[in-house]
Amino acid sequence: MDNLLSIITFIPLVAAGILALFLRGDDADARANAKWLALIATTASFLLSLFVLAGFEPGAGFQFVEEGEWVLGFTYKVGVDGISVLFVLLTTFLMPLVILSCWEVETRVKEYMIAFLVLETLMLGVFIALDLILFYLFFEAGLIPMFLIIGIWGGANRIYAAFKFFLYTFLGSVLMLVAMVAMYVDAGTTDIPALLGHTFSSETLDVLGFPVIGGLQTLMWLAFLASFAVKMPMWPVHTWLPDAHVQAPTGGSVVLAAILLKLGGYGFLRFSLPMFPVASDLLAPLILWLSAIAIVYTSLVALAQTDMKKLIAYSSVAHMGYVTAGIFSANQQGIDGAIFQMISHGFISGALFLCVGVIYDRMHTREIDAYGGLVNRMPAYALIFLLFTMANIGLPGTSGFVGEFLTLMGMFQANTWVAVVATTGVILSAAYGLWLYRRVVMGDLIKESLRSITDLTPREKWIFAPLVAMTLLLGVYPSLVTDRIGPAVGDLLSDYQTALDEAEASTAVASN
Amino acid sequence: METIILFAPLVGALICGFGWRFMGEVPAQWTATGLLFLTALLSWIVFFGFDGETQRIQILRWIESGSLSTDWAIRMDRLTAIMLVVITTVSSLVHLYSFGYMAHDENFRDDESYRPRFFAYLSFFTFAMLMLVTADNLVQMFFGWEGVGVASYLLIGFYYRKPSANAAAIKAFVVNRVGDFGFALGIFAIFFLVDSINFEDIFAAAPELAQTQMSFLWREWNAMEVICVLLFVGAMGKSAQLFLHTWLPDAMEGPTPVSALIHAATMVTAGVFLVCRMSPLMEFAPTATAFVTVIGATTAFFAATIGLVQNDIKRVIAYSTCSQLGYMFAAAGVGVYSAAMFHLFTHAFFKAMLFLGAGSVIHGMHHEQDMRNYGGLRHKMPYTFWAMMIGTLAITGVGIPLTHIGFAGFLSKDAIIESTWGAHSGPGVYAFWLLVVAAAFTSFYSWRLMFLTFFGDARGDRHTHDHAHESPKIMLAPLGALALGAVFSGMLWFNSFFGDEEAVANFFGLPHVEQTEEAAAGEGEGASSAVEDLAEGDAGEAAEAVTEPEAGPSEHSDFAGNAPGVGAIYIAPDNHVLDEAHHSPVWVAVSPFVAMLLGLGAAYMMYVRRTDLPRKFADSQPALYRFLLNKWYFDEIYNAIFTRPSKALGAFLWKRGDGNVIDGGINGIAMGIIPFFTRLAGRAQSGYLFHYAFAMVLGIALFITLMTLLGS
Repeated sequence: MDNLLSIITFIPLVAAGILALFLRGDDADARANAKWLALIATTASFLLSLFVLAGFEPGAGFQFVEEGEWVLGFTYKVGVDGISVLFVLLTTFLMPLVILSCWEVETRVKEYMIAFLVLETLMLGVFIALDLILFYLFFEAGLIPMFLIIGIWGGANRIYAAFKFFLYTFLGSVLMLVAMVAMYVDAGTTDIPALLGHTFSSETLDVLGFPVIGGLQTLMWLAFLASFAVKMPMWPVHTWLPDAHVQAPTGGSVVLAAILLKLGGYGFLRFSLPMFPVASDLLAPLILWLSAIAIVYTSLVALAQTDMKKLIAYSSVAHMGYVTAGIFSANQQGIDGAIFQMISHGFISGALFLCVGVIYDRMHTREIDAYGGLVNRMPAYALIFLLFTMANIGLPGTSGFVGEFLTLMGMFQANTWVAVVATTGVILSAAYGLWLYRRVVMGDLIKESLRSITDLTPREKWIFAPLVAMTLLLGVYPSLVTDRIGPAVGDLLSDYQTALDEAEASTAVASN
Repeated sequence: METIILFAPLVGALICGFGWRFMGEVPAQWTATGLLFLTALLSWIVFFGFDGETQRIQILRWIESGSLSTDWAIRMDRLTAIMLVVITTVSSLVHLYSFGYMAHDENFRDDESYRPRFFAYLSFFTFAMLMLVTADNLVQMFFGWEGVGVASYLLIGFYYRKPSANAAAIKAFVVNRVGDFGFALGIFAIFFLVDSINFEDIFAAAPELAQTQMSFLWREWNAMEVICVLLFVGAMGKSAQLFLHTWLPDAMEGPTPVSALIHAATMVTAGVFLVCRMSPLMEFAPTATAFVTVIGATTAFFAATIGLVQNDIKRVIAYSTCSQLGYMFAAAGVGVYSAAMFHLFTHAFFKAMLFLGAGSVIHGMHHEQDMRNYGGLRHKMPYTFWAMMIGTLAITGVGIPLTHIGFAGFLSKDAIIESTWGAHSGPGVYAFWLLVVAAAFTSFYSWRLMFLTFFGDARGDRHTHDHAHESPKIMLAPLGALALGAVFSGMLWFNSFFGDEEAVANFFGLPHVEQTEEAAAGEGEGASSAVEDLAEGDAGEAAEAVTEPEAGPSEHSDFAGNAPGVGAIYIAPDNHVLDEAHHSPVWVAVSPFVAMLLGLGAAYMMYVRRTDLPRKFADSQPALYRFLLNKWYFDEIYNAIFTRPSKALGAFLWKRGDGNVIDGGINGIAMGIIPFFTRLAGRAQSGYLFHYAFAMVLGIALFITLMTLLGS
């Protein structure tokens, strides 16, 4: 199949179209049909993506490439390399579980399913796009279904959350667009592989009388940062995330934490680091420090939370701090670790939000104080929540450890101060993670309202089972991931180093 | 066989934890216990059959990233063999004991199946601990390190309905994480410098590392010193050394078999094991090892002072453990790793027995733990009494001075005290005096425990005393087995751990330059035939391994032909402490014995002859008494400077940082710059997200048009 990637990507969109056009009525049958169609479409997409995994050759550059004419003279070009392929798999793997987690939703089910299906297509599109315009389209359009999910099926304060998100992302998007236009003007192409080979000028520029070291590269790098930093989210532009999570329905939270947060990290790896190496090298300390601050700051804030979802949201920000720091450590362990951390966080944070969803469905509150002693009536839930809490705090043997360990190892090589500050996150994460677990699960069951709470249903167990399996599997045998990403990261780094050396040589020549 | 030893407990844990629903509770428990006894048997076979040659068994690839390459693998050498025996023996006995101890627990209803869960946790702990000691690289060790931490967390919090147990469990995990913070940084530093974290590569690079400078934080340091101090911080956390010790007494919230297995015999000794395992690095870091000695000796003293006045039977033994771990570190710090391992080995037997004995008393006294409510129990519980008596004789170090005949603790503790003297260094002398004083304290609190519990008149609740009973046989049998270890383990293995240098070198698989005849001659004095056979086999091997004959006979009989990474421990050629320790003056050798007698005498006076004396002392020195009773106020201080401020800081950053500054700032800027925009949008949007979405699509269309225009 020559257009396997496109098929995987657009199956959900086609299913969404069928739902929109042909499904009528809002009775129980219609709702069941919508759910089943969504489940089948996402599962089909996942099964097909396994062929991509099987056919993927580590280190062989972009593969499964499709190229063709498109509207308005633009090119449609998609493909995957070692950096993106696992994100495609992560997305297709998680979406059926997300659909399953929404099985009990009863309001506007058809629209809900459509939103998730469209979202899947758009997210997959971001990871496979090999054309600047295509990337931008997917990247920005992905927000729309997410807005809808929060805005229609979200909590009481959903409008505020969405507005906040809009303000945060708007400026970043504009700046990134400007940078993209500038890239096109400079390189004369929107083809991403070609842009990766293009050397953008790094000669010092004067902007409004201020000399900008790194020149064009620095400006573009900063423009991309504005967009990716919000998406990550990095400190101090992270505050939209806790609000968005709190307002989002469970399925929305899972997608947001598990996949949407990875777009920023992917962007850094696809654009910032390889295309603007001089600027990256120049500004890496900034990112390293922002990341270290993020880890400590948000971990401390997580300690003070009273809302379960907010606590996990802040914990997500801290974990993304390891990712950004790992990427800009610019060494093999750092970047391998960053990608690993993103994949692993997809499973773990997704599972944690599902854990919150399980008890939210039963008690309709996320207040930590409303719970306590759940282990007495929900032993299976207690076990699963414990596993993911431990994975979240980076216990060796779970996937959470590998990412954290590798990124910290990368940071140590880049800057020992940053590594020391960031490693304190290991202590803090244990504190907030176990404290949450204690307040919700441990203790005696004394609250009257919890007397009749029931343990996991078989459906819920089936949602958790694949996540448990992946968390343990990647923790015990991480080579499944590192074998695939390693060569691509190695190539990226050697190009990065070459570009830096050349830039240094040309500066030396210029100054002579 | 090693692989079976390693994985049988895991299999047991899984079968017991998940399978009990299908096979029934009791069969599940027996499966876990049976597998543990199998591993114990295999471990002893491995221990006696081990030929001193370091082996490596690969199981599976693990973390690989660029030049970093680690496997799941087993490193088999003498250190591993010793730890295997200690862990599996104590663990299997504790499993057996738990049948009795956990039979009817008042913290659970009878229809709750807490027992399989308990056995599964115990087996899982054993697996993690075995992972730790069999690791052939630092990350796998870290896996075991954190794995035992989790098992400890689960078991301390086993009575999950008790708030105090939950708090203690979290405290144990988080304080250990502080140690792990240092350990992890140590690993990063090693990888940064050596480009590998496998033991073989690290050890081979040790001499070079000692010459390397690295910049860490604000200045340049000797790389080896930094690494060793960081690793030792990890050891301090796990082994509850001063400043990171606060979790251990609280860990007594767990069921008593847990205290015996995890918080006495095995997990807490992991730090000592780490330092010994890293001996090829430690030998090149004089400052770091001085630090180890000082912390170890200070802990030994400090914990003993607290033990003097505690009233909870388990807390006394907990502080005793903390103190004994300090002894081990002091020995490792002065470079006599074999003595540290010796004490680890003997301590495992008698301390596990003391805990299990205390558990037997608690069990018989219906979960009363305050010694002030005991008294006169030796008639009610004769077997427990004699077991505790043997344990006390062992821990206080009873033996015949200047010979090698005595209870286990006598030989190993004296070995440590002589070693600190033999170091002839500042930290060594400091350690020597503190350890001798601590020996007197050890004797005092141990005998105090014995006198308060088993002698005198019954105190406290009459009813409880009337119903006090001896424990069932299934609990007494493990006590008997451990008693054998507490009596004989010191005498049997003295030569191997702390005999002359050939014996030690042979035991640990170090190449040795002495003639085989001499080594063989030295064996005549050996105690056990098993050990002799072993040593003989080793001597042959060692003689073959000799490569540099002229490096050897410089002075005494050195470890001169030695290279880092060969054998289980490394002793630098200029490290003569072991030999010096053997030549310490008579008063040094006798001093711990005298200290023991003083402690015994004082305890006898205060708790048997003049039972009003303790009260008087407490009243005459109220400040000192409260200081000791409140454990030097460490908990209060940490609470004031770490726990509460971090929560307050978290709340502050959340409300002020996120709320006012960041949100306020960004909203403010946005509102300031585009008030016009928002007002315009306000009319068009009327709060509906659909409109936002629509605006976005429009925006994208606009951007693309713009782009096309600009592009062409």
